[in-house]
Amino acid sequence: MNSWIEALVALFLLAGSLFALIGAIGLYRLPDFFMRLHAPTKSTTLGVGGMVIASLIYFSSRGDGLSLHELLITLFLFITAPVSAHMLAKAALQQKVRLSDKTHGRPWEQ
Amino acid sequence: MKARRWFPQPLLSLSLLVVWMLLANDFSLGQCLLGALLGWVIPLVTEVFWINPPRVDKPFKLCLFFLRVLGDIVVANLEVARLILNPKAEMRPAFVEIPIELEDELALTMLASIISLTPGTVTADMSDDRKTLLVHALDVADEARLIRDIKTRYEAPLLEVFACSTT
Amino acid sequence: MLDYVIPLCLAMMGLALVLTLARMIKGPDLPDRILALDTLYINAIALLVLFGVWLDTGLYFEAALLIAVMGFIGTVAVAKYLLRGDIIE
Repeated sequence: MNSWIEALVALFLLAGSLFALIGAIGLYRLPDFFMRLHAPTKSTTLGVGGMVIASLIYFSSRGDGLSLHELLITLFLFITAPVSAHMLAKAALQQKVRLSDKTHGRPWEQ
Repeated sequence: MKARRWFPQPLLSLSLLVVWMLLANDFSLGQCLLGALLGWVIPLVTEVFWINPPRVDKPFKLCLFFLRVLGDIVVANLEVARLILNPKAEMRPAFVEIPIELEDELALTMLASIISLTPGTVTADMSDDRKTLLVHALDVADEARLIRDIKTRYEAPLLEVFACSTT
Repeated sequence: MLDYVIPLCLAMMGLALVLTLARMIKGPDLPDRILALDTLYINAIALLVLFGVWLDTGLYFEAALLIAVMGFIGTVAVAKYLLRGDIIE
């Protein structure tokens, strides 16, 4: 395999796993539930996205023709991730989880 | 008018074709024909189930908009990464209520999804009269600016793309 | 080059999974645990894709796609249960 392509694949793999790791650190470190809710969106978008792009370049450059079906995973996650985030936020609002003291504004009551 | 009857939703047909090609991972003529057949038959069969089918006026503009959103996601990711990794970062989390003008269901879903997908902001709830979104943001310096950003960057293009459904 | 980079990535993903697991055990509320489960499956997808590149096979793609589908349904079902006390009304 061409070394340029290999470097590109390595770059995307590193970026993807780095963002997934940062997302997990955020999930572990941030103080309250709604702030932690922001962490998985990072792993979903750039974490899986980086991996998928790397895998796409890698399998397309092997010479068996174009391989684009990894894009389906990203497409599916982009559609479903906001829905599950929304469901979780609704559940948390209903359960009245503890908010960080620094939070400005209050969620409404319905 | 006849074209509308045989192809109730051209965009749905096109996306079905693309998804089929991706799933088969085979770009030969046979798979292309099979995908086109599916893209033609499925909207016809399911036409009854759509209560009010979405009308996209400017599909090309929608594609450009998605590309811009992807760019925004990358930028926002870097921003949130900086916030998480910096132990001394002063975060100002906030609940912000954003008034919205969109009425079309698909457009509303798209707006809420885009807000959630951009790291740093999550749609938490929508008011019962569909006029306000409750958004939680990780770090807000100026609430008015966040509201203005979301309205001009995401809502205005969506209003334009789904133009005929809001009148 | 990939021989060195992929084990490093695997280690990073493993660390991410451990941190997520720690959050799932720690809680403190039920939504936190569901959120950790959600992140866990998303990271598992990334790990599977990475593993496919490492072993040079396309077989793992189907598994990753299935996990994406099942994980979403699982998260929504558990969140709905928390919200309503019932999954199918």
